[in-house]
Amino acid sequence: MNAPTPGGAGLLRCCDASGCRAAGSGALLKALTAARGAAPLPVAAVRPVGCLRLCGRGPLVAWDGPAGTRLYGGVPPALAPALIAETGAAASPGPDPLAAHRLDPNHPFFRLQCSVVLEGCGQVDPEAIDQALAHGSYVQWRRCLLELSPEAVRQQVRRSGLRGRGGAGYPTGLKWDTVALQPPGPRYVVCNADEGDPGAFMDRCVLEGDPHRLIEGMAIAAHAVGAERGYIYVRAEYPLAIARLRRALQQAGQRGLLGQALLGTDRELRISVRVGAGAYVCGEETALLASIQGRRGSPRPRPPFPAQTGLWGAPTLINNVETLAAIPVILREGGDWYAAMGTAGSRGTKVFALSGAVCHTGVVEVPMGTSLRTIVETMGGGVPDGGALKAVQTGGPSGGCIPADLLDTPVDYEELKALGSIMGSGGMVVIDAAMAMPELARHFIRFNVQESCGKCLPCRAGTVQLEQLLDRFVERRAVPEDLERLEQLCRMVAATSLCGLGQSAPQPVLSTLRHFLHDYQAGCGAPAGEARP
Amino acid sequence: MFPSPPAPDVRTDALIQGLVRRQGGRAGALIEVLHQVQEHIGHLPPSALRQVARGLQLPLSHVYGVASFYHLFQLEAPSTHRCAVCLGTACFVRGSMELVQRLQVRLGVRLDDPDGGGGWVLQGISCLGACGLGPLLLLDGVLVAGRPLASPELLEARFKGLGLPLPRRDQP
Repeated sequence: MNAPTPGGAGLLRCCDASGCRAAGSGALLKALTAARGAAPLPVAAVRPVGCLRLCGRGPLVAWDGPAGTRLYGGVPPALAPALIAETGAAASPGPDPLAAHRLDPNHPFFRLQCSVVLEGCGQVDPEAIDQALAHGSYVQWRRCLLELSPEAVRQQVRRSGLRGRGGAGYPTGLKWDTVALQPPGPRYVVCNADEGDPGAFMDRCVLEGDPHRLIEGMAIAAHAVGAERGYIYVRAEYPLAIARLRRALQQAGQRGLLGQALLGTDRELRISVRVGAGAYVCGEETALLASIQGRRGSPRPRPPFPAQTGLWGAPTLINNVETLAAIPVILREGGDWYAAMGTAGSRGTKVFALSGAVCHTGVVEVPMGTSLRTIVETMGGGVPDGGALKAVQTGGPSGGCIPADLLDTPVDYEELKALGSIMGSGGMVVIDAAMAMPELARHFIRFNVQESCGKCLPCRAGTVQLEQLLDRFVERRAVPEDLERLEQLCRMVAATSLCGLGQSAPQPVLSTLRHFLHDYQAGCGAPAGEARP
Repeated sequence: MFPSPPAPDVRTDALIQGLVRRQGGRAGALIEVLHQVQEHIGHLPPSALRQVARGLQLPLSHVYGVASFYHLFQLEAPSTHRCAVCLGTACFVRGSMELVQRLQVRLGVRLDDPDGGGGWVLQGISCLGACGLGPLLLLDGVLVAGRPLASPELLEARFKGLGLPLPRRDQP
């Protein structure tokens, strides 16, 4: 955490990201600024910052004072004067008006976090480039321009063992090498910020909280593969992220960090934002490229991979937000430093968005290899009101459910895959005992029915058939043969669909069939008082 | 799909020409242009699509194909009031479907019925990423604070503010 600013009463950091804004942080921020103006004593400065992690208790405020950092949650604007007064010298007598809002910064939810990608998130004002610079942003980008060769950069990324954080886990260094080693000619860098998995909001946290880090990571990637043009493809549902990115790009351009003749060299780099229009399939890389070029977001078969033939036919590097945001720190500390965290196959840290039936909802960044139990029970506090945990869903509509008795599984690409789920982009939804699995599976299949682009038959029609089969289980009118049909259809859709959306669409069904077969068996047989047709 | 000849609308025409020019007339900027046109006129009527096609020198079929592909582009004029429930997984686990059931009864419209009824439309929307506050409900784009399932009276107050008549007595 930051040291308190010297000579004052420290710094009040008020979360100004979407989650807390929805809980009223806009009004709180105004009230804090007003209360500060009216306060007589030397009191803390007020700074709007990005995500402070515990989104479920928003609006959140952190005070870096002489006695360390204190945290407050669910603060109504009416308490702004009390909060400002607390940062002053005089302790107010009488009952503590903030008692109900104090959070323990030593709670495992905060204590077990390992902020690497999110190190600036919640510290800097995302709209002020000076703060980002003071926090070390663009130092590595300068090094790239002045001293580091593209090969040296790629070597560090290879050593770090970083794998794609969008979900598939492809080795980042290998992807960069593939693009860099294409025949000479123009090439592009694309950041996939089309974070569409329901229950996933990690990337938004970076985009809204520390956009300069992403831009720096992207600039470094462009250097490493020899690109002079970049696009950030953001989903339209993130208006605040779009506004902050655009502002950050403009600021970086004004400081000569983007544009032409960078730092007096002959190098140039231009990055623009492209806004999606509400199509989940655009998170698939070939669909995303089509969308950037102004077309329908329909995927195409691979190969050729975008690394060979991407935007306008040129080699194109596509990385997810979290992957690119990890790059500056990897260059700063070295690839080996990053590789020392995590497990043999999954290095570094991973950001998860913890939500659903869990006490502490929010964003957590932990080293790879941390067990699901640590994340969900120790950090997340388990199911509210002492309810029973049934499963943890990872990977969104492409992922699966890990049952409660396997919670000691570490988060690791291969371990999660072995259990029929995936790491995914980082959505982690806790399911309690009240949920019947066929219903949850149908929820995901319906999502895929809605989002299927319609290009290939297995996905377009197969998901509809799956939904109808699942209806029978949810309404308890399935017959035992339906189980076999369901599984068969799942395998067919997975094996024959064109892109990742269709190939992984049956995953929520398959994984719940595997771990919660009894829920499906309970869906067989006529309901009381109603005959089967 | 495009039955009548375009009604000449000088104002929209000039607006769209300006938006196209600002994007340098590049065909690749089609999605950006559609976003901006929708922002200005609220939806994408056939006449606007024709003008965009002309401005970017693209076939109308291509422009219509793109506009109809993406969920956020609205080809029909929006209804007066929009009630949107987040159907993301976290909200689903916290009872968003129960909320939908109640709202269908209260508003007298079905989920995702484009015609709506009485000026109201009820939509399911994808995850907004404010999962800590779920199930999320947006009334005319404004988040309903507090848990709408747990505090129906708060929700009722908002409906009243938007001019929705009280439910009939014989309704459940």
